Amino acid sequence: MAKSLIGNHVRKFRFHHDEMTQQQLADQVGVTRQTIVAIEKGNYSPSLELAFRIARVFGAPIEDIFFLEGEQ
Amino acid sequence: MSIQEKKNAVSLISSFLIFGLYSLYVFQNEPFGALDPDSPYRFWGSFILILIPVTIIAKIVISIVFSILHRIATKEDEPNFADELDKLIGLKASRNSYYTFILGFVLAMASLAAGMAPGAMFIILVASGFLAEVTDYVSQLYYYRKGV
Repeated sequence: MAKSLIGNHVRKFRFHHDEMTQQQLADQVGVTRQTIVAIEKGNYSPSLELAFRIARVFGAPIEDIFFLEGEQ
Repeated sequence: MSIQEKKNAVSLISSFLIFGLYSLYVFQNEPFGALDPDSPYRFWGSFILILIPVTIIAKIVISIVFSILHRIATKEDEPNFADELDKLIGLKASRNSYYTFILGFVLAMASLAAGMAPGAMFIILVASGFLAEVTDYVSQLYYYRKGV
């Protein structure tokens, strides 16, 4: 399976938010921990809705967390 | 291995066990009567009709037992909902399963068109149904492991 074309800094943002665990982030955005793992590994591009919810948890613009591969 | 992967692995193994044990029981004990090669309709009709509820009940029991054992072993709560990744993987796995069954169905019809015995058609149909189920679980395992 090809890697996702959308990269992300979710792991970095979790670390900078009091080392938030994957489970804590998953609970706040309403998905399973497995989905957060897949997003961080680049195995899954989240829906726009989920991306916005993740950005809201971190209080950052969506483009600071998610980016097109090759643009950063 | 995540809980979703474990559940799929358990379902895959249980599919083999249920289908294998059921087939073994039916062909050894002949509860639907002996298989008549010239008129196999009653036998295969009963085989498929009884296989469906047996599989459903066995899967429910195995799923409950797995959940209890998993909870005891890991103290981890099982997610009680399917999120967008689970739904996407489920859809892709269903598509692969559907293709497998359609291929089997076409082969079954081809066997009739080629003048083979009706029993061959039923064997191909039952086998493709089983393979479609296996394809579903293997696809889900693959997508959970490799991503979508």
